[in-house]
Amino acid sequence: MPKIVVALAVLFAILYVAVIAEQSPATGGGGWRTTTFGSAINDPGSFLRVLLDSITFAGALFIVASGFALIFGLMRVVNMAHGSFYLLGGYIAYEIQQTMTGQGFSIPSSEVNTWDWLVPLLVAVPCIAVVGFVTQQAFLRWNQGQELRQALITIAIAVIIADQIIAHFPRSVSTGAQRLGGNAVDLTWPGWTDRLVDLHVWGVYYSLARLVMLAIGLAIGIGLWLWLYRTKTGMVIRAGVDDQKMTAALGINIQRTFAISFVVGSALAGLGSVVWASQGNIASGQDAQWLLNSLVVVIVGGMGSIFGAAAGAILYAFVLDFSGSYLPTAGADCCTQYSPIFTFILIALVLAFRPRGLFGRDG
Amino acid sequence: MVSLAQTALFGIAGVIIGNLATKGGAGGTSKGLHLGWDPTVALVVAVVMTTVIGLIFGAVAARSAGIYFLMITLTFSVIATYTLGQVTNISGFSGIGGISSYTPGWIGDVLAHPDRLYYVALAVAAAVYLLIRYIVRTPFGLSLQGVRDDPVRMASLGYHVPLHRTLAFGFAAFIASLGGILYVWWSGQISPGNVDLPETINLLIMAVIGGLFRIEGAWLGAFVFIVIQNYVRDFSVPGLGFGGTLFGGSFNTIVGIIFLVIVLASPGGLMGAWDRIVAEIARRRGLMRTADESAAGAGN
Repeated sequence: MPKIVVALAVLFAILYVAVIAEQSPATGGGGWRTTTFGSAINDPGSFLRVLLDSITFAGALFIVASGFALIFGLMRVVNMAHGSFYLLGGYIAYEIQQTMTGQGFSIPSSEVNTWDWLVPLLVAVPCIAVVGFVTQQAFLRWNQGQELRQALITIAIAVIIADQIIAHFPRSVSTGAQRLGGNAVDLTWPGWTDRLVDLHVWGVYYSLARLVMLAIGLAIGIGLWLWLYRTKTGMVIRAGVDDQKMTAALGINIQRTFAISFVVGSALAGLGSVVWASQGNIASGQDAQWLLNSLVVVIVGGMGSIFGAAAGAILYAFVLDFSGSYLPTAGADCCTQYSPIFTFILIALVLAFRPRGLFGRDG
Repeated sequence: MVSLAQTALFGIAGVIIGNLATKGGAGGTSKGLHLGWDPTVALVVAVVMTTVIGLIFGAVAARSAGIYFLMITLTFSVIATYTLGQVTNISGFSGIGGISSYTPGWIGDVLAHPDRLYYVALAVAAAVYLLIRYIVRTPFGLSLQGVRDDPVRMASLGYHVPLHRTLAFGFAAFIASLGGILYVWWSGQISPGNVDLPETINLLIMAVIGGLFRIEGAWLGAFVFIVIQNYVRDFSVPGLGFGGTLFGGSFNTIVGIIFLVIVLASPGGLMGAWDRIVAEIARRRGLMRTADESAAGAGN
């Protein structure tokens, strides 16, 4: 019975996007059928654009959330500082990009060459990896197995990092209101990505930068898969996810594996940050947003599996982007966004049938 | 189990009463539906609605336990914050203001008689404490403790574990709604900023500083937290930042460090440390008494 209700609700949502919705009239409010773009049949180009938006956003989501899932799956550590690592990575990359280009607060994309983007990335990611390593070795290692205590420790670290970011970043802005205080700054994609690609489908032109973002997400996904399923370290990690004590009893140095996966997980937060901050911006307060993103992806997708992280990222990105574009627009009330409510519904539906997430296993 | 959704439920109650009780019009810039209900009716409805939302939250989270439960309730909390912020016709990021003008007649104008609200808050706090003490001893409370200590055994004894968790969540939501309503009557405004992640974490920090496993810990933790807040506010540490709460760099860093030290040193918080000291003194006394007795015995 509940399954039928859910199936009908999902079917209705799909039908709504596909045919029921209609474009809002030039004037006046409109009814329950009016959305920004109208139905997919009516305006396939916009539909494709929203679809691509969700898939490319899922790429960035996956990078950040797979790091969270890796740490959680193996060590049962809910790294509450994941969002703070994300934020710190973005600001470090911004400072380096500023130093390299010397362009002041906002850099035009044409002034940024590939190295001006790649070097900040290659510096920021190891920095966050080191922060993760220190966190794990200094605070978490000797509390192994005390899940709540570890979560509280990472919360304390998150509070400290968030506050120190406000006190010290962005620092390379020489003057004005943007300096310090954790203000919003933009990382910039290299100039060659700043153009629209003709997809030759329904006359859609799409941002190359977002496609690059998706490619990076895919590359990380394939890399993680190869690492976890085709190398010895990966095998040990998967064994540790299934049964930590047994793995240690077989004489495998599980502490070393823990350290490695915490470092990789943290580094992924930094990498995701550089990628997504180049698309949007980076600002104090996004640590909460990205901690939420990682949590939702892991709760929906299932604990400790990269397939889960990928499925969770795609579903969550779909819910966010489609509820933003395909919900009825209510007349004068321009700015209402119901996407958080739909995120909650997504979680509730998944947990109702699979309490451990889509790809989660019992145990 | 630790729920991080309490702050959200607190805020939801505040927003509901803000929507129900306030009236729009003259110079009112604040958001909300301005339904202009009678404050006492709004109070009851807000408590009931928040409890229902709490039950829904509980039902979704009830099949998970331990650290999963923490993650899921944290997610609820952050989602609630963004919902309040982005659904502009009930709240929006600026929130609802001027609620303190719409208190029930038996509290009256909060600015003119602040003492009435104070005594009401005190009475509610005492009543909630007694209610919890009472519930803990009822069969329901006992089975809740059973669910906490060993859910598998409780399930095999025929107790419906998720149902108990859901009901406990609803009860906690009821308490949170009282807190939320008292808060908006006192401060007059509620906004997503009151219930966002830093606020949730502050509440958790209070609970942990005081001690998670004792009801008294909540009071002690809140007290210590406010004392730290008041004394550290104007204090800046060289190298950590330039001081002041607005620009960061001192207060939250210091609270974070204190929190970290407490978590690392005493997982039971200050109450836990106190219990350990008491136990240690009792043990020493016991040792002394045995020593006296054996000395006396040797004397005979």
